Amino acid sequence: MRRRLLSGNEAIALGAYSAGVRVGTAYPGTPSTEILEELARFPEPYVEWSPNEKVALEVGMGAALGGARTLVCMKHVGLNVAADPWMTLSYIGVNAGLVLVSADDPGMHSSQNEQDNRYYAVMAKVPMLEPSDSQEAYEMVRAAFRLSEEHDVPVLLRTETRVCHSRSMVEYRQEREEVDLPYEKDYVKRVMVPGHARLRHPVLIAKLERLREEAERSPFNRAEMRSSRVGMVTSGVCYQYVREAFPEASVLKLGFTHPLPEKLIHEFASHFHRLYVVEELEPYLEERIKAMGIDAVGKARVPRTGELDPDSVGRALADIVEMDTGVRGGGWSPPLQEGLPPILNELPARPPVMCPGCPHRGVFHALSRMKAVVSSDIGCYTLSVFSPIEGIDCQVCMGASVGMALGLEKAFLSSEANRGKEKKVVAVLGDSTFIHGGITGLIDIVYNRGFSTVIILDNRTTAMTGFQPHPGTGRTIRGEETFALDLAELGRAVGVESVRVIDPWDLEETGRVLEEEVGAERSSLVIARRGCVQRERDREYSPYRVDAEACNDCGLCMRLGCPALVKREGSVAVDETLCAGCSLCAQLCRRGAIAEVGGDG
Amino acid sequence: MADVVMAGTGGQGIILAARIVAEVAVRMGYDVKTSEVHGMAQRGGSVVSMVRWGERVFSPLIPRGHADFLLAFEGLEGLRCLPFLKPGGRVIVNLYRLDPLPVLRGDADYPQDYLEIIRGFAPGTLAIDAVEMARAAGNPRVASAVMAGALSSLLDFPADIWEEAIRTLVPARALEANLRGFAAGRRAG
Repeated sequence: MRRRLLSGNEAIALGAYSAGVRVGTAYPGTPSTEILEELARFPEPYVEWSPNEKVALEVGMGAALGGARTLVCMKHVGLNVAADPWMTLSYIGVNAGLVLVSADDPGMHSSQNEQDNRYYAVMAKVPMLEPSDSQEAYEMVRAAFRLSEEHDVPVLLRTETRVCHSRSMVEYRQEREEVDLPYEKDYVKRVMVPGHARLRHPVLIAKLERLREEAERSPFNRAEMRSSRVGMVTSGVCYQYVREAFPEASVLKLGFTHPLPEKLIHEFASHFHRLYVVEELEPYLEERIKAMGIDAVGKARVPRTGELDPDSVGRALADIVEMDTGVRGGGWSPPLQEGLPPILNELPARPPVMCPGCPHRGVFHALSRMKAVVSSDIGCYTLSVFSPIEGIDCQVCMGASVGMALGLEKAFLSSEANRGKEKKVVAVLGDSTFIHGGITGLIDIVYNRGFSTVIILDNRTTAMTGFQPHPGTGRTIRGEETFALDLAELGRAVGVESVRVIDPWDLEETGRVLEEEVGAERSSLVIARRGCVQRERDREYSPYRVDAEACNDCGLCMRLGCPALVKREGSVAVDETLCAGCSLCAQLCRRGAIAEVGGDG
Repeated sequence: MADVVMAGTGGQGIILAARIVAEVAVRMGYDVKTSEVHGMAQRGGSVVSMVRWGERVFSPLIPRGHADFLLAFEGLEGLRCLPFLKPGGRVIVNLYRLDPLPVLRGDADYPQDYLEIIRGFAPGTLAIDAVEMARAAGNPRVASAVMAGALSSLLDFPADIWEEAIRTLVPARALEANLRGFAAGRRAG
C-alpha cells in the first residue's frame, strides 16, 4: 500500500486506472476537468476530449459495449447535454463497466446553476455512489466498475467541488486490473425499438431491486453509533461537516445513495425519536426518508441553496440538538468572532475579470458602441457582463447563444415594441463551445433565413477550464497532432452567406466589420481570432504608458475595463506589470496620449 | 493540529503554497486536508486555499474563527479573510496591493490602512514584502515560496522537511529560485 495526498479528481483517475479503465472521455468543466487530465498521465488508456458531453457518453457507451471499462466525466450541467443517451443506456446495459462522474457545484463557484444531479440516478434508474473524501473517491470508482459489470448497468459517481478540489490522504495499491470482455451481438437487448425497449424497462426495474440489496450490504453505508439521543443522516462531503459540527452525534453515513438501503435506514431510525438529515441542495434523502414514514428534520433547518460547511450545519441544528441532549449548543460551538473591525462589511468586491490583453475585449467594445443585443454563451467572455463593459444581455448554457439570438430576432421582427432591434442581434460564443453546441444553432439560422450575426471568439483553446485543446486546435489531449477543424470553412459549408475573420486587437477592423455584418440582412459569421493572452506569456511585447501631459482624463480608455488601466491620484495610468501590450487603449485614445514604453510615442 | 487560510488573487501561486504546506504536514505524519479554488475565480477574482492538519481532520473547509494562521498574499484579500482567524491567531501579510476593478474604476476605495486594521485585530502580525524578496531571490513569481518560508518560521517543523516538500512539488527549472525565496521568507519570520 502507498499513501499520498490527492485531490478527489486525482483519486478518481487513480482509482479508474487501477480498475483497468481502457477508455476515458470527457468535456472539460469545473470542477471535473482534472480527472481526465490525470488519467491521461498514464500511457495505457485511450483518453479523449470529446466535442461535448453527449458525444463523450456516446463514445463511452460504445467502448463499454466493446468490452473496455470506461470512465466518462463531466460537470453537473454536462449531464443535461448527455441526458439523452444516459436515459436509455440503462435499458441496454453496458457489457464492461461504465462509470459516469458527475461533478456538482453547490454554491456555483464556477457554474450557472446548482442543480442536484442525484436525481439523474433516479431518473435513469441506475446505482449512485457519493464519496466524502479522496480515499472514498478512489475506492468508490473501483467498486463502481464491479457494480456496473455485475448488474449490467452504468453507475453514477456523484461528486462535487469540495471533494474534487480538496486534498486528503489516499492509501492505494500500485496495480491495474485487466478487464477485456468479448463483444457479442445481442440486438434485442441493444436496439431500442419500442418492442425491445418494452422488454428492457421491466428488466431494469428488477435490477433496481437487486441493487437495493447491494446498498443494504455496501460498506459505503454505515451506522456510526455514538450519542443515543441524536441521529443524523448524511452523504457526500456533508458527512465531514456533520462530524466536525456535532462530534458526539450518531451518524448514518450513506455513500451508496441510490437505491437507498431502506432496511438500514429503518434500523438506524429505530434508535431515535427523529432523524436529522444533512445534505446540500435538494431534500433528496429527506423526502425519501419521510416517505418511509420516518420523522425527519432537513430543509426546514438546513439551507437548500449554496454549499454547506461546519458553521452552517452547526447553526442550522444546534438549538434542536441542544433540546435533545441537554448539552449546550448540542455540542457545537459557534465561531469566536468578537472584535472584528466593522470595515470588513464594506470591502470592495473583487469580481473575476477579463485579463489584460484578453482578445475578447475589442469585440465587446465594438458591440457596446453599436448598442447590440448580445446573447452570450459560457466562457471567459461571460466576464464581460461586469461593469464597465456590461457587454452581454443574456446567457444560459453552452451553445445557447446562437439559438437565442435567432429567437430574439424572430420576436423583434414581428414586434412594434421592439422595432429595429432585429438588426442589432448578435450571438457570441467561444471556439470550443461553438463546436460543443453552437454549430446546430448556426445551421438553424441559415436554414430558417435568419440574419443574426454569430461571433466566434476564437482564442484557440478552452481557456476558462485551463487551456484544453479542442477539435479546432489540431491537437489531442495527449498533444498528438490531428486535423484542425477550420471554423470559417465550416461556416461556409453550412451555408452562411458572409464569413469574416478578424483580429480583435485591431479595433478599427473589428468595429468596421461588425458594423457591416450586424446590420446586414444576410446570415453572417465573424471569427475574431487571436490566441488567449494567458497562453502566450512568453511572447515579446512592450507595455504601454500614459503621457500625463497629453491625457485630458476623458475616460474613454477606462471603458475597456482593463485591469492594467488604473486611476492614480485621479489620473489614468497603466500598471506596467499587468499590461500585456495589446494596444487597445492606445488605439482608442483620441489624443495619442498612450504609447508603447520605449516606442516613438 | 493547525488550520491555515491563504488568501489572495488568481495567479499569485496560492495553490502551490498550500500544496507545499500540506506536503510538509503529511511528512510530519499528520492527517491533512486542503481545499482549493479552480475555474472562474482564478480569472483575477478572490482566491482562498485552506490547509488543515491534525490527528484526524474532517471538513476540508475551515470554519470562521478557527484558523491558527492567515497568509494574506494581498492586503484587501487578507482583510476579507480576517474572520477566519481565531483569537490569538497569527497573520502574515504580503505588503502588496492589487486594486480590484471597482477601485480601478474609482467606484470604491481601497482600504489603504489594511495593515493597521489587521494589526489591530491580530497583534503580532508579520508584514513582509514577498514580491521584493522574491525578486531578490531571482524571480518575482516565487513570492508564494517566500510566504511559505515566513509561515515555516512560525511552525515547529524542521527546515529539511520543507525543502524536501518544495523539491517534490516544484518543477526543476523553477526549483532554485523557489528554494532561495523560501529561505528568504524563513529568515524574515
